[in-house]
Amino acid sequence: MDTLIPYLLLSAGLFCVGLTGVMLRRNAILILAGVELMLNAANINFVAFWRFHPGADDMSGLVMVLFTIAIAAAEAAVGLALVISIFRHYRSTDPEILEDLKG
Amino acid sequence: MNDLISYIWLIPGLPILAALALTFWPVAKRKGAAWLAISAMALSFVISLFAFGAVPRSAEEGVVTRLIHNFTWFDVGTSSMRIGWILDPLNVVMLVMVTFVSLLVFIYSMGYMEKDPRFVRFYAFLSLFAGAMLGLLIANHLLVLFMCWEVVGLASYLLIGFWFQKPSAAAACKKAFITTRIGDLGLFIGMVWLYGEAGTLLFYDAGQGCLESSSLRLIASLPGMAGMTAAATIGCLLFFGAMGKSGQFPLHVWLPDAMEGPTPVSALIHAATMVAAGVFLMARVHPLLTYPDAGTQALSFITWVGAITALIGALAACAQTDLKRILAFSTISQLGYMMLGLGTGGVAVAMFHLITHAFFKALLFLGAGSVIHGCHDEQDIRYMGGLRKIMPVTFATYGVGMLALAGFPLVTSGFWSKDEILHAAAHWHGHPAPFIMALVGAFLTAFYMTRQMCHVFFGKNRLQERENASEEHPVVPHESPASMLMPLRILAGLAIVAGFMGTPLFPWFQSFLEGGTLEWHGTALFHGSTLGLLIGSSALVLGGLIVGWWFYSSLVFDPLRDKDPLDEKLPAGWFATLRAKFYLDEFYESTVLEGARLLAMGAAWLERHVMIPMMPLFAFGTRIMSWITRFWDEWVINASFDRSCKGIQNQSERVSTAHTGNIQFYLQIVALGFVLLAIIWIWGGGQ
Repeated sequence: MDTLIPYLLLSAGLFCVGLTGVMLRRNAILILAGVELMLNAANINFVAFWRFHPGADDMSGLVMVLFTIAIAAAEAAVGLALVISIFRHYRSTDPEILEDLKG
Repeated sequence: MNDLISYIWLIPGLPILAALALTFWPVAKRKGAAWLAISAMALSFVISLFAFGAVPRSAEEGVVTRLIHNFTWFDVGTSSMRIGWILDPLNVVMLVMVTFVSLLVFIYSMGYMEKDPRFVRFYAFLSLFAGAMLGLLIANHLLVLFMCWEVVGLASYLLIGFWFQKPSAAAACKKAFITTRIGDLGLFIGMVWLYGEAGTLLFYDAGQGCLESSSLRLIASLPGMAGMTAAATIGCLLFFGAMGKSGQFPLHVWLPDAMEGPTPVSALIHAATMVAAGVFLMARVHPLLTYPDAGTQALSFITWVGAITALIGALAACAQTDLKRILAFSTISQLGYMMLGLGTGGVAVAMFHLITHAFFKALLFLGAGSVIHGCHDEQDIRYMGGLRKIMPVTFATYGVGMLALAGFPLVTSGFWSKDEILHAAAHWHGHPAPFIMALVGAFLTAFYMTRQMCHVFFGKNRLQERENASEEHPVVPHESPASMLMPLRILAGLAIVAGFMGTPLFPWFQSFLEGGTLEWHGTALFHGSTLGLLIGSSALVLGGLIVGWWFYSSLVFDPLRDKDPLDEKLPAGWFATLRAKFYLDEFYESTVLEGARLLAMGAAWLERHVMIPMMPLFAFGTRIMSWITRFWDEWVINASFDRSCKGIQNQSERVSTAHTGNIQFYLQIVALGFVLLAIIWIWGGGQ
């Protein structure tokens, strides 16, 4: 397993699964889960590109991923807070009913 | 001592500042107001005396030493407006005279205006009046002189109309203002012309001034109007201003009416501050009139006008019955003499008479004020009489003034100064008529003053015969308070002494003004025609006095019952003409005023019969115009704007349906776009 392509394919598949979930799920919490999958696909890309980069001796890819994971944790907290707020207001987590900005 | 010139502005400055302060003075503080004005004027007088000491006497004939102080007033672009003060023998004698006479009048007014409710304002106006006149005297710039000249006019308007509740006073102040304004128009045109030709209005400016030879040579070489040189034309135009201000025929009509003002004001106008301004102006611009190439027309014009004024004033004075109006006409007549002297003899001759006249005319007016005050505001001389015993001081001082005005030989100032003028007129090369008119005027002066004296001071008192007098409230004349008599005594002394500064034997005044060595001319009296003229004019004056006494002596004449003896002696209608001042007022009434009235009526007719019928037409036109503009607005401007707005709105509504508000729909669109971009990118070979 010394080539980059399988890692990228794995990442792309993970990203597509996440995106599909975000676009089609009727539950806001699962949409958030989809977003987490997409983030992790990006993390796999970071690590894979770092691993196969000529200057792989430094730790830049790993540090970047660690930062991303930390930020994703924070973002997930904000997202969950928003979902709870939406639920209190509408008594539902279905994104279809959030239509107040309809033109 | 020579830096005094830079502080010379204090002389007019102090009275003007006093006037300003008095404007905001509490009305009840009457004593303080009077003392403020008097002390400001006294200080000006003291500075004038210092200035008199500072002016050096020139020993060279025809050369006058002048102290000049010019400075920049303001800058306009690259050129700057320079004005300045001047101190020379001509204005320094005027400064001393004006401050002195004004000071006396100020002191006198304390008694005369004692009971007036607007006492403080009176002093404010008086101070402004005197201050403006003093500013006029020290100006070394024609525009500054003109500005002060106008302030003098304004102050005279305020003072003549001081008792504005009297309709006659209100009319008189308007008349004075407007009549002098007519003359000022000429002065203004002359001034503008002078500026146009000479490029400066500074009189003396180290060889560059408009009265110095380089400018004079230029102006005298240019053509003016009616075949005269520009210098002579400008001289005539400036003289128009002097005619208005100094009451020369035919613009003298305001002066008798100006008697409606309080008597101290009349004294100030006639002696020091107003009518002297015209004579002074002509004396100031005298170099312009006498420049060798300028032509003599302007001087001839001044001479003729002066002679006519001298005669007309004297004639009209013979038939008046108002105490102050007689004096007003005598002033007109004497101003005519001054102009005659200016035209024929020069500055010194005119100024000498101006100074002596100022003293005895101030004396006469203040004396007349004392008489009027003592007779409880009676001004008709027919109701006076017998005041000799009741008002002895007023009688004595008035008598001195009357003799000085008449020119009583040897002992009075009027004799010496008038004789100078007669002497100059006799040697005039133009025409003998002005000289003869002046001689007739001299005779008449003695005559009408005797007539007035007989009416006022001799015979028995007739105040009781006035209608408003009654047994219970008898009108008893009384002598005036000391503050009024003190100035009379001083002026009476000066009316005698002032003449001796300019006799032919020792012509100090003439040499001070014109330069030259001063020495005792022991034989001057016997030189040429001098002695003959002296004797001749003395005989005329004495003749006038005797004829007057013979006509009006109380032994033969009672003014209330008898017809005026002059009326009986003259052909029918002549006396009435004289009393009506040659019907000049009526003439102006029927020409100038009637013309203005016709103009107004014409304008009214035009309004009524042309403008008003045309109004509906104008209204119709306006309506048509507004219909057109309304159509244009509504169907062109508004309609197109509205339609484009509507279009934008419709399109926006259509576009806005894309906004479903559904987040997942948006994300689907984003993903679709991303996929499309990726496909295009791959299609294009990844470039």
